[in-house]
Amino acid sequence: MVARDPRWALMAEYDSAEALVAAAQAARDAGYRQAEAYAPYAIDGLAEALGARRSRIPAFTLVGGIVGGLVGYFLQWYAAVVSYPEEIGARPLHSWPMFVPVTFEMTILLAAFTAFFAALLGNGLPRLAHPVFDAPDFDLATRNRFFLCLLTDDPAFDEPEAVALLDSTAPIRRDEVAR
Amino acid sequence: MPSPRTTDGEVLRPGWGYASVTAKIAGLVLSRPVRWPWLAAFLATLAMTLVYLGAMTWLFIKGVGIWGINIPVGWGFAIANFVWWVGIGHAGTFISAVLLLLRQKWRTSINRFAEAMTLFAAGMAGLFPILHLGRPWFAYWLAPYPDHMNLWPQWRSPLVWDVFAIATYLIVSALFWYLGMLPDLATMRDRARTRGKQVAYGLLALGWRGEARHWARHETAYLLLAGLATPLVVSVHSVVAMDFAVGNTPGFHSTIFPPYFVAGALFSGFAMVLTIAIPLRRAFQLQDFITEVHLDHAAKVLLATGWIVAYGYLVENFMAFFSGDRFEIAMTVDRWTGFYAPVYWAMLACNVLLPQVLWWRAARRNTLLLFVLSIFINLGMWMERFMIVAQSTSHDFMPSSWGLFIPTRWDWIFLAGSIGMFAWLFLVFIWLLPAISISEMRELVKEERDEPRPPARGSSHRSVQHGGSDGRA
Amino acid sequence: MTQPPIPEAGARLERVIEVQRGAGVNRRQVLAAMAASMALANTACSPPPRLQAHPYVNLPEGGAGGQPMYYASAFVRDGFAHGVLVGSQEGRPIKIEGNPAHPSSLGATDIYAQASVLQLWDPDRSSVVRQRLAREGDARVAPQIASSTWSAFEAAWLECADALADPHGSATLRILTGPMTSPTERALLQTLLARGPRARWHVHAPLSDAAAADGAWMAFGRHVAQVAHFDRAQCVLALAADPFSDGPGAVRHAMDWSSARTAVRDGIAGARAPVLFAAEATPGLFGARADHRVALSPARIEGLLWRVAAHWMPELTPADVGLADPAAAAFESRLLAALREAGSSALVIGGAGLSAEAHALVLALNQRLGAIGRTLTLIEPPDAAPGAGTLADLVDALKAGTVDTLLVLGANPAYDAPAVFDMPHALQRAKLLVHAGLHVDETARLADWHLPLSHAYEQWGDARAHDGTATLLQPAITPLYDTRSAAELLALLAADPLRDGHALVQRQWRTGREADFEAFWRKSLRAGVVADSAAPPLEVQTARLPARLALPAESPSATLTALFVPDAATHGGAFANNGWLQELPRPFTKITWDNAALVSPATASRLGMSTGDVVRLQAGMRTLDVPVFVQAQQADDLLTLPLGGGRRHAGRVGDRVGFDASVLRPASAMTLAVTLQKTGRRHEFAVTQHEIDQHARELLRTVSVGTALAPEPKRDQLYPPFASPVHAWAMAIDLDACIGCNACTIACQAENNIPVVGKSQVAKGRAMHWIRVDRHDLEEIDNSGFQPVPCMHCEQAPCELVCPVGATVHDSEGLNVQVYNRCVGTRFCSNNCPYKVRRFNFLQYSDETTETLKAQRNPDVTVRERGVMEKCTYCVQRVARARQHAEREGRPLVDGDVVTACQSACPTRAIHFGDLNDTGSDVVHARTSPRHYAMLAELDTKPRTTYLARIKPDA
Repeated sequence: MVARDPRWALMAEYDSAEALVAAAQAARDAGYRQAEAYAPYAIDGLAEALGARRSRIPAFTLVGGIVGGLVGYFLQWYAAVVSYPEEIGARPLHSWPMFVPVTFEMTILLAAFTAFFAALLGNGLPRLAHPVFDAPDFDLATRNRFFLCLLTDDPAFDEPEAVALLDSTAPIRRDEVAR
Repeated sequence: MPSPRTTDGEVLRPGWGYASVTAKIAGLVLSRPVRWPWLAAFLATLAMTLVYLGAMTWLFIKGVGIWGINIPVGWGFAIANFVWWVGIGHAGTFISAVLLLLRQKWRTSINRFAEAMTLFAAGMAGLFPILHLGRPWFAYWLAPYPDHMNLWPQWRSPLVWDVFAIATYLIVSALFWYLGMLPDLATMRDRARTRGKQVAYGLLALGWRGEARHWARHETAYLLLAGLATPLVVSVHSVVAMDFAVGNTPGFHSTIFPPYFVAGALFSGFAMVLTIAIPLRRAFQLQDFITEVHLDHAAKVLLATGWIVAYGYLVENFMAFFSGDRFEIAMTVDRWTGFYAPVYWAMLACNVLLPQVLWWRAARRNTLLLFVLSIFINLGMWMERFMIVAQSTSHDFMPSSWGLFIPTRWDWIFLAGSIGMFAWLFLVFIWLLPAISISEMRELVKEERDEPRPPARGSSHRSVQHGGSDGRA
Repeated sequence: MTQPPIPEAGARLERVIEVQRGAGVNRRQVLAAMAASMALANTACSPPPRLQAHPYVNLPEGGAGGQPMYYASAFVRDGFAHGVLVGSQEGRPIKIEGNPAHPSSLGATDIYAQASVLQLWDPDRSSVVRQRLAREGDARVAPQIASSTWSAFEAAWLECADALADPHGSATLRILTGPMTSPTERALLQTLLARGPRARWHVHAPLSDAAAADGAWMAFGRHVAQVAHFDRAQCVLALAADPFSDGPGAVRHAMDWSSARTAVRDGIAGARAPVLFAAEATPGLFGARADHRVALSPARIEGLLWRVAAHWMPELTPADVGLADPAAAAFESRLLAALREAGSSALVIGGAGLSAEAHALVLALNQRLGAIGRTLTLIEPPDAAPGAGTLADLVDALKAGTVDTLLVLGANPAYDAPAVFDMPHALQRAKLLVHAGLHVDETARLADWHLPLSHAYEQWGDARAHDGTATLLQPAITPLYDTRSAAELLALLAADPLRDGHALVQRQWRTGREADFEAFWRKSLRAGVVADSAAPPLEVQTARLPARLALPAESPSATLTALFVPDAATHGGAFANNGWLQELPRPFTKITWDNAALVSPATASRLGMSTGDVVRLQAGMRTLDVPVFVQAQQADDLLTLPLGGGRRHAGRVGDRVGFDASVLRPASAMTLAVTLQKTGRRHEFAVTQHEIDQHARELLRTVSVGTALAPEPKRDQLYPPFASPVHAWAMAIDLDACIGCNACTIACQAENNIPVVGKSQVAKGRAMHWIRVDRHDLEEIDNSGFQPVPCMHCEQAPCELVCPVGATVHDSEGLNVQVYNRCVGTRFCSNNCPYKVRRFNFLQYSDETTETLKAQRNPDVTVRERGVMEKCTYCVQRVARARQHAEREGRPLVDGDVVTACQSACPTRAIHFGDLNDTGSDVVHARTSPRHYAMLAELDTKPRTTYLARIKPDA
């Protein structure tokens, strides 16, 4: 097979969210599946435009919460009934009403951890080094500029077409992003 | 869903663009010259923090006997401070989580520092239960861990619930705060001019690059955390309330405590938000971001929660007599007429009487008045905690054992110390991190732009000033 | 002496203490102290002399075998023996029990006997002979105190002894002692007096009321001691007296009275108990228990006495019957009826503050009633000192400069003599002043020689009880320091061939018993009493009546009558250096670490004074500033001044605590007219109970005879109860028996290593007593009620529920146990305890540096560290000990095997403890009483400690 393209992607810079969304839509229509878009804030519909699937984080979080609750309750039951039973103020060893608060807190805690880490891992973070960081102007991606990248590894990538496509979206600038 | 602009003003003054918003907020951290008032405040609070740490050392050497606590009043300032700080630590999460779920735009510009306030307040709160232990070096015994003697916490004790509640609250609040700040850290990374700052913010930003799918997951997770934090806001102070309600002491043993504590928490929390926001917006010219609208909304929340708290006081007194419980009645009468009565009446003045000025719009828009009022409410809420903790136990079942708690100078040092340390941490936060969520401000800018706007009341020269400056400035 | 003690160690410690009293302590001194302490620690563990001491026959709760050894001996206070069993572990006396065979004890003790063990281990005890090298008055050289030795003293003594013995010489010897009942000591003293033709004996009893003795003299022309029999009495009248706390017979009085009430308490129909009438000037334990009580000034009490006596003695001139008192009228008529009815079963007791005439009249009245010989026995005073002079005589001689050598033995006149004698200077007039005592006290500091005496539990000796019964003292431990017993000292002075206490006492008792002496000796030692040694009743002729009562004129409103009484805890200062007693809440005021001038509310408001005001008292030239404490039950226009404060050289504990009332005290009388003016200054008292009114919470309940308390409603239970299958320990406290004497508090403190926290901590509300005695004003009987409050050991314990680490839990026998080494100190348990019986170590309270104090500790009880909660354990260590003992004997535990410390000390047997599973047990019986109730029962904590209501006197 041919040697890998030394470039990571072609990148176009826009000055408005609308332009970026339009460009992303265009790229997807052109068959690009690995295009990436960068924006200084969350833009409604951008991810969808790029064809992102529905996030599974909520499901994970639910599972995390359920596990947390079970663990929390089991911990108390085991400690109070099995491991070291003691007579406390003539209360039954298994005084479930008083086990509720800790169970609740454990539910929330594990659910929160799941949501947080699911988001990070899903985003592949932390990842301190990335080709786009070397791209010119990219520091503005966290300020007021919007970028679209067509990855060279994308099966649908074909340079002349890509260039044409990007230029057709009227970017304020187009660059190549080295690997 | 209310529009970002309310009928009586905007939550973001017009004329701000992505770049200018970014520049303004990031600039507070990156390019703000150190001025002497800030330096003075920083050093003063730092000194208080050091005094606090010194006092802790002495406490560990001598024991809690340096405070005024005794039998019958086993808990004094330490626990009053604890409950007070936990309460203050509520507004932040309420603002960022609950208001987020309620789509309240006005939260955007205040949630970041409100969350920071929450973290630091909860931190201060978390210290006191440890400090007040007779043998603080064994504090970890309250946590479950595999002990070779099979010893476990005693799960029926509300103090154990506390450990879990406070810890969970701290952790979740921290995650929520950090997740929300991730994009801004990336902004700082990219705006920073010195290598050191770039590396530091770069590491914190975890390589955030604002990719579309990342934003999507980020938003989902942020919403989920908000959803999880919302019941926490309610649960934490409910659990703290149970520290008392589960006890049988007259003045502790009351079923209304959980809701009444939560309301009190929001009350004091929003008061503290104002105490911080008003000087903040003035010191850093953030009037455009933290507008009268914010203060007005906060003031309305104060009014509402204040009335819930007042209702709590009413019910407490009513139930004492309605129940016919002679111990409750005696305790209540002692509240009105006993040694601590001045504190009680002062508390009512601060928490019930004074906030009524907020019925008037003029008052809600008067920053100076709001600031002073917020101080009084903080004071009043502290007095409420003190009454519950000290007065109740000083006057319980056995008249022969009645006794008074008289604070020693160490009690006062610990109260002042915690306030100083809280303030110091907050200054450090403003110094190193963006005090307002930049990325969410950008969204606000976007929405402002999309909205057809009547001729801006915000003077046009400002729009010249910042308006189109979307080139590489 | 069997084992050589370690003088130099004592000496070093002594010197270090001197330094510590002064400026600072440098490293060397600290090291010295440590070294000395180590040495002491060693001596502290040497067992009593082998083959000489004889353990008590019936060991309480099982006795020996890695368990405490008990030695029957006696604690000697004011010369009188209080029979005790000295419980020692590992050779260290650590706990005192009463001796059931002893007439003054019957198994119970008072606070002093309980605290005596701390006196033994007092680190400030005198440990070496001290010689002063220069006189204080001598301007040329500053006084220097140097440690010396017994041999040095003996050498010095021989010189003046020869001079004294010389029939033609002029050297004079005066010996000043406290009251002395010891046959051995008295015999040796006589030989010593016999050797010197110009030797004379003086007795100084600071707390005894001369008027009483004079009264007896007036009536019968001789000295008599009165032995009261409460168990035979139907009606007891105490005039300005507190027979439940004053005098060597106090414990016996309480015990007899209590047992005489048992039938009534058990609700037996027609049962009768002695009816107590109290006319008292200042509140006392007897008055608080009296069925009928009136507070009157001493003068009015004498008036009352005169009027009452007149009914039996028509010859009494009804002329000046004193001032009739409306307040007393009802009391008086009731009293007359009761006395008439009781007849020879009546008993009248006069106390401090009455004139000699009144005391004579009291005796006469008893005689007319026929009480003498029935409820009152007159005996030869066991401490009679025929031919002995008084302190006043001695002072005259001193001032006249006719005293060459003065020997002060076991007395401290420089502190406790009335100031009129100007003792410090008077003592200086003696050419040679020798002092022997337990402490280097005020007198010791003036002496040319100070000789350290052994503690009662370190020596062989003997002493007599209030009824004359003799007790042999045997050591429970060899002397901690280079000390000698009074007998050994007297033997040395009298150049007796025998010097060893054991030999001396044996010689004393062998005479007349040569035949079976060994058997007698062993028997007496084991029993703790010499059989049949009680003094025979005296035959007295008809009492002469006083011509007229010395009724003082009604005092003008400007002046008040000051009444001098021994402090209820430091006992006139003798126990001032005893931390347990200093910190003991006084029964009525609940003051600790202080003494206060008591005034009635009426008088206080009349003079515009309130508790804490410092007022200046003036009598003649002398003035004294005292803090006022407003006390109900106090007679109007009367100022009660407790003696025993303001010690200058008591030790690290007792110095400068309270004021010294003897500054104002007249030469002999117990009362004095004083004028009073406010100083505007305030004084803070460390009080343990601020609220006397129980706010209608029925904590301390009363019932009329024969009636029952309303039963508690049955409450539904959410959860099934936990069972105590084997034992279910419980305690029932009979409030009808409790007299509020505090013996339980001190007994508990001794048994359970309870630390002393000091005045400032008590003032903060941090006293540590595990069993406190609450006092309540009971409107229904217009009197004080006392209620001991230990841990309730609730079956549904609120404290356990809230402890986050399970440091307080229930054990299988229903004890609410506190696990010290698990406690982290959240104090939630205390907040949640409705009875507020939990105590917290807010600071490092227990002294972990002073060796002697460590030696006193009970090895079976953990010494608590700073930051942990503690409370009454029902003496769980005693429960365990009894169980082990029963197991060794292969028998089950039976009722009475477990006796808690408070229970065994109680002089009225108010505390019942036992097993609820044992249906025949004492405590089960108590809980079936119609007077039985649980405190704060509506909280449904199901306390295991419950109470029996106090019976109201029938009106």
